[in-house]
Amino acid sequence: MEARIGMRNIKSNIFKGIIVFFAFLITVPLVIILLYIIKQGAGQVNWKFLTGTPAPVGEAGGGIANALVGSFVMVMTASVVAIPVGMAAGVYLSENPRTKLAYYSSLCVDILQGVPSIVVGIVVYFWLVKPLGTFSALSGSIALAIMMLPIVIRSTEQTLKLLPDSLKEAALSLGVPYHRVILKVTIPCGFAGILSGITLSIARVIGETAPLLFTAFGSPFVSAALGKPMESLPHLIFTYATSPYDDWHNLAWGASFILLMFVLTLNIITKVITRKWKIQL
Amino acid sequence: MENTIVKAENYNSYFGDNHVVKDVNISINKHEVIAVMGPSGCGKTTFLRGINRMHELIPGATSTGKILLDGENVYDMNAIYVRAKIGMVFQRPNPFPNLSIYENVVAGYLLNGIKVSKADKDVIVEKSLTSAALWKEVKDSLHKKGTFLSGGQQQRLCIARAIAMQPELILFDEPTSALDPISTSSVEALFHELKANYTLIIVTHNMQQAARVSDRTAFFYMGELVEFDDTKQMFTNPTDQRTQNYITGRFS
Amino acid sequence: MFCIRNPKFVENKRLKLSNSQLKWEILFKRILIAMSILLVLIILGVLATLIIESMPSIKALGFGYLWGKVWDPVQNIYGAYPFLIGTLLTSFIALIISVPFSYAIAIYLGEYNPKGWLSDLLKNTVELIAAVPSIIYGFWGLFVLVPMVRELEMKFHVLPYGIGILTASLILAIMIIPYGASLGISLIRMVPSPLKEGAYALGATRFEVIRSVIMPYTRSGLFAGVLLSLGRALGETMAVTMLIGNTSTIPSSIFAPGNTMASVIANEFTEADHTEYLSALIELGLVLFFVTVVINLIGKRIITRFTNN
Repeated sequence: MEARIGMRNIKSNIFKGIIVFFAFLITVPLVIILLYIIKQGAGQVNWKFLTGTPAPVGEAGGGIANALVGSFVMVMTASVVAIPVGMAAGVYLSENPRTKLAYYSSLCVDILQGVPSIVVGIVVYFWLVKPLGTFSALSGSIALAIMMLPIVIRSTEQTLKLLPDSLKEAALSLGVPYHRVILKVTIPCGFAGILSGITLSIARVIGETAPLLFTAFGSPFVSAALGKPMESLPHLIFTYATSPYDDWHNLAWGASFILLMFVLTLNIITKVITRKWKIQL
Repeated sequence: MENTIVKAENYNSYFGDNHVVKDVNISINKHEVIAVMGPSGCGKTTFLRGINRMHELIPGATSTGKILLDGENVYDMNAIYVRAKIGMVFQRPNPFPNLSIYENVVAGYLLNGIKVSKADKDVIVEKSLTSAALWKEVKDSLHKKGTFLSGGQQQRLCIARAIAMQPELILFDEPTSALDPISTSSVEALFHELKANYTLIIVTHNMQQAARVSDRTAFFYMGELVEFDDTKQMFTNPTDQRTQNYITGRFS
Repeated sequence: MFCIRNPKFVENKRLKLSNSQLKWEILFKRILIAMSILLVLIILGVLATLIIESMPSIKALGFGYLWGKVWDPVQNIYGAYPFLIGTLLTSFIALIISVPFSYAIAIYLGEYNPKGWLSDLLKNTVELIAAVPSIIYGFWGLFVLVPMVRELEMKFHVLPYGIGILTASLILAIMIIPYGASLGISLIRMVPSPLKEGAYALGATRFEVIRSVIMPYTRSGLFAGVLLSLGRALGETMAVTMLIGNTSTIPSSIFAPGNTMASVIANEFTEADHTEYLSALIELGLVLFFVTVVINLIGKRIITRFTNN
């Protein structure tokens, strides 16, 4: 009997060992990737790199200002579209959970969350690029906005659902009209949760390449014109990483490093917000 | 007649097909404290929420009949206006967590976008908090968040918030059921003082509280208004058998 | 009653405001409804666009399209079979590699070590893996993983491409681990402790509790996590595009280069110079859309049912 128990304990410990091993093994590739990007990319970053445009083939140096400006412009435009739309839909879903419309739009959020980003790119190509006759930053921004929507909607919906009804009733009983109750009471009270959803969605789309391939396309020039093709960090990395030139690879490493820093920073901001206000996403 | 502030005429409330308030007729005078009591689920809270049209905000909730406020049917008026005119205090204290104590008191103005000068606001805050017997306790921390106060203080802050809108009538929905005994007594003491300026309708499931604070008491049972009489009369010599059963504890 | 300078002041303002507010209230509610309808329209629009634009290809090729083994735009022959195989191979290999890791993380963080700095660290690491953009995985894979796989291939005496199904699957595996893992953590934490305590009280070891209480209880939810990971893997584009070798033939082994549905679209969409070519590519997108949506919805349904019980 005792020997049997001993065996079972050994078995249990071996199992734990395997679990711990596998669980921590995944930190290895991540650390390797991060260190590699830092090693290859950090050295590329200097003032000229941040303010210049890519150098022609065969010339060393050059910068990624076109991609930095482009990513900024497109992510901002996408946010301007996605945040109000997403918050409005999120408010609707949290306020009217049992209507038919809520059922269908909630289903659509689930669908949208699973749509491959490349498909979004195709569709926006036919919605905006083909009718306008040119690749454009606008179409890229819309594609990114569509990718942002599900995260903004779900975070708004879930945060507002956690607020007690009594809060809304307090405001309504003071004769505050519905839109002011939402805009001045419920949204401010759930602000941290919504904000963390927004930063998370930005972190997600800033690295998206696939939806931009056939929409914003890319451009070697620094430009802020929404009607013209525009470069972005991930697209620049894609173009230069798959080129056969070492100088261009270096440019892509530097851009990867910058992109990684952006994504890390946005994720840390999200973490800080959620931790400070103790919210769960 | 002139002394009447609220009058319900054949008032009915429904949640979908569920008939929760049945054909209520009642007339309430100015500067009275009315207790509305009855076992849970008897429709007392639903009736109260019908008076300032909060009932209809719940999906599927409807009502028929009239509620006259100063002779005018509230269901013919703008719902927002009705709610602004009638104060309401809820079961659980619900100060706005994003606003300071000061802002909570004038929340009715802030949130409605009614412009009031700083000087007027100061007056409103001090008078409302004084009426709610809270001024002394919070006058040095007006700009702290309201959620740092104790339960009883929070509930008095909510009363101050209602008072600040200058209502004639304040509705209380089991205002002390979430409070400890000491906080409860502080809120109950306030009812006596508020009586001078306001009409109070207090829903309670606590008979002792009804007996302590009210002038007249309405007893609801299964959605009906069974009896409405002087509080003393009702507790010593009720006319209806059901009231008798309730106050002697034969059902709850 | 206290009075501010003009007692009627509040009264009048209140009435005037409430009348104008009523219109805003209605407008606001309509905006909320409109935005929710917009969502439905986006999805319907996506579906409609994909169907309409792939119509020429559907008409010309019919169902044979899916089983056609040759994809040769120059000859105007379009068969999606190589890409279906490429997509399924990469996704399933990635899934097989990632599941042990996802489950291990879920069990470790859900059961063995749910709190404390070490668990926070591991949890953040997992979240970080999900946060790194796929383009960076692809780039890194191209310069680090590809040479490693090439050496491996030389040892096995197969053609040392470096790029190919296996390389793409490896990077995919890393990328999808977080999806199964983070769902698994929360599911395992939801196992009621009386259930576990009951088993411990009978003298079960930790391993036995995990095997005979936690696993059966969370099985359906963990399966949903696998489905969600699969949905991710099927639709993943950039990293795969950079590593799979972009060859439109049926891969002869896991070391051979190939193509997935997503990677073909990414590579050839802007080069498609005539309607039928473009339309055939969009039909790939349509298939991809259907498959990922169905997988995702099934996964979500299972999770909802699990959390509601």
